Amino acid sequence: MTLFGDPAVWLPLAFAALLGASILIYVVLDGFDLGVGVLFPFAEKDEKDRMIASIGPFWDANETWLVLAIGILLVAFPTAHGTILTALYLPVAVMLVGLILRGVSFEFRVKAPAHHKTSWDRAFYVGSMMTSLSQGYMLGMYIMGLEVTAFTLAFSAVTAVFLTVAYSFIGATWLILKTEGALQRKAVAWSKGGIWGVVLGLGAISVASPLVSPRIFDKWFSMPEFFLLLPLPLMSGALIVLLWLALRRLPTRDDSWAWFPFAATIVLFVLGFFGMAYSFYPFIVPDRITIYEAASAPESLFIILIGTLFVLPMILGYTALAYTIFRGKATTLSYD
Amino acid sequence: MDTLILSRIQFGANISFHILFPTITIALGWVLLFFKLRFSQTGGQRWLEAYRFWVKVFALSFAMGVVSGITMSFQFGTNWPGFMESVGNIAGPLLAYEVMTAFFLEAVFLGIMLFGMSRVPSWLHTLSTFLVAFGTTMSAFWILVLNSWMHTPAGFEMRDGVAFATDWWAIIFNPSMPYRLVHMLLASGLTVAFLLAGLSAFRWLIGDRSNGVRATLKTGMTIGAVLIPLQILAGDFHGLNTLEHQPQKVAAMEGNWDTGPNVPLVLFAIPNEETRSNDFEIAIANGASLILKHSADGVVPGLNDFVTEDGTVQHPPVAPVFFSFRIMVATGMAMLLLSWTAVFFMARKRRGVEGLPKPLLWAMVPMAFSGWVATLAGWYTTEIGRQPWLVQGVLTTEAAVADVPAPMVASTLIVYLAIYAVLLTAYVSVLFYLARKAAKGEPIGPRIPVAPAAQVPVAAE
Repeated sequence: MTLFGDPAVWLPLAFAALLGASILIYVVLDGFDLGVGVLFPFAEKDEKDRMIASIGPFWDANETWLVLAIGILLVAFPTAHGTILTALYLPVAVMLVGLILRGVSFEFRVKAPAHHKTSWDRAFYVGSMMTSLSQGYMLGMYIMGLEVTAFTLAFSAVTAVFLTVAYSFIGATWLILKTEGALQRKAVAWSKGGIWGVVLGLGAISVASPLVSPRIFDKWFSMPEFFLLLPLPLMSGALIVLLWLALRRLPTRDDSWAWFPFAATIVLFVLGFFGMAYSFYPFIVPDRITIYEAASAPESLFIILIGTLFVLPMILGYTALAYTIFRGKATTLSYD
Repeated sequence: MDTLILSRIQFGANISFHILFPTITIALGWVLLFFKLRFSQTGGQRWLEAYRFWVKVFALSFAMGVVSGITMSFQFGTNWPGFMESVGNIAGPLLAYEVMTAFFLEAVFLGIMLFGMSRVPSWLHTLSTFLVAFGTTMSAFWILVLNSWMHTPAGFEMRDGVAFATDWWAIIFNPSMPYRLVHMLLASGLTVAFLLAGLSAFRWLIGDRSNGVRATLKTGMTIGAVLIPLQILAGDFHGLNTLEHQPQKVAAMEGNWDTGPNVPLVLFAIPNEETRSNDFEIAIANGASLILKHSADGVVPGLNDFVTEDGTVQHPPVAPVFFSFRIMVATGMAMLLLSWTAVFFMARKRRGVEGLPKPLLWAMVPMAFSGWVATLAGWYTTEIGRQPWLVQGVLTTEAAVADVPAPMVASTLIVYLAIYAVLLTAYVSVLFYLARKAAKGEPIGPRIPVAPAAQVPVAAE
């Protein structure tokens, strides 16, 4: 256990990295299928079926990354887990109710009598909205250090809206990749309408975090860090310009480049995530508890890490298998 | 009501709602694998029909289980932070292994199992079905390890109020784990057996004479008849194990107040904690001593042993444990009676499903959910029976609860209860709706259109 130096140092760091990776994968994967739910009211009846077909085989596994993330927080940083979740009691409850509604609607909308389908479609939309909004709200509260004041509430309300729009954006880019014809053209239009959410969301978080915390300000605006970090915002800016140019030309006649908006959005999410991770390190509860203070006993972390090193590559492997099997345009989804 | 009792009701409601669905999916996964393998071997259309119908029930139950399970994983943090702060070093790795070895496996391969039949080779589809069944069982294994450890903790030491693991082998194979795991897996098998038979009997009664419905009715009743005696045996062993490690729970189950020999078996009574005795007791002399100690003068522990000198009660509330236990046993007896009678009529003159009298078929319909009743009653017996402890002898429930204002817990509790009521109603009515549709011979799922020209957008299932 002393292979890499003091396990009380590198184990918490390794688990913080695992936690970060799970949250990032969750935000990208469930982000697109939540986004598809957010876009539901804008679609026609038969388009809704097609949209569900594009996410049907994946949503369950996508959501499992949330369970893994909360699990790692729970097992690796128990004190932070309690502090964060009791502080976010109500938004968490809203998110859970949202996840319940949308999860069961997938099944009920096609298994219940036909005249109930509209109601379950509505439940699917409402559930997706509740989940996205509450996650955006929690993101805002987290950035504001979990303090409840009029200003932090207002800020969190804003991040709630921006994250929801950002999810709808990545959802729309997913639909560009997975659909064709009229629905694909619609998805391009939705993407054009949603890109501002991504821009404003990234902007709001970038501006607010250093203003709220002098520590974060120093991390970004002292020399030479400022120049070392400059590629992060520059790359994000360039990607957004490229995205806009691509959206103006899509869909192409031979459907080339349909993958580009989705791929570019993933990179954008990753860049934004790294920016945030850099800002908050080494804290897990902003400016209060560090990952080292919150970590579980090394012997417990070690036994989880061994399992993780074996199992995580397998999980990634069969996740890739599922995405390969269900690659291509989503047409119909049936048990046959 | 205060935060503690509200939080307990909320977690109790969540976990009661949740367990209904894993109880179905754990065993139904294996039953689906059986249908798929029978179809692959015999090519019999009835097995494919059975698979097609029950995979829908599986998908619906699975979704209900997933979403209600996520709720619980969050409630550890929002309502019970003391649990992880005190025993997180033990519970953490066990939960982590559940997520990593079970949740991803079932979630990913479920997609292939449900929607991949025409996209992947048959062997890969069968393998996916196997992996989903295997995943649900692994999930049951890990969570029952943790639950059993909370009843019979082992392999750890306490330092400054925090548990540290000393022996993982002892933690995983803690004293009650094998008994609890077997008891729960059999409960899952029985739940599915009676659900299979009950829904199939319903289809038969409304006129469905397909070979698929014959196959599932027969499969259900046969599984039920085989598993129920095993379950009674496993329950007995589990009870003796509990007597060894948690005698106060057994005392509450038996409604026995005083320690001593020749303790009667109380069939019915109303336990009264005020007078610390039973009202309206109907009992068989020496019965409890005979069952628990295998001799009439065997000494059986009583509840009064678990009151400290200053009057603090260290045993669980008696009435809920006492009645839950009786509901479970009574349901088990009804299962035994129904399944053996059914098998007798099916075997007589080899008439099969045709040999079943109508009243028996009608009895099977409400018994479709008997597994749920018995499972919930059993869990209430064991979990309420652990009170006032959350982890026996290590952490009290009271010490683990979050300092969240009571009105906040009350408001979320009301929302959860309302949602659960709606979803449970929807779930049960959709099961019968699917059964009626299948009985009418309507395709219960969209099919792939024969010609590409006929391709119309159809619903995802």
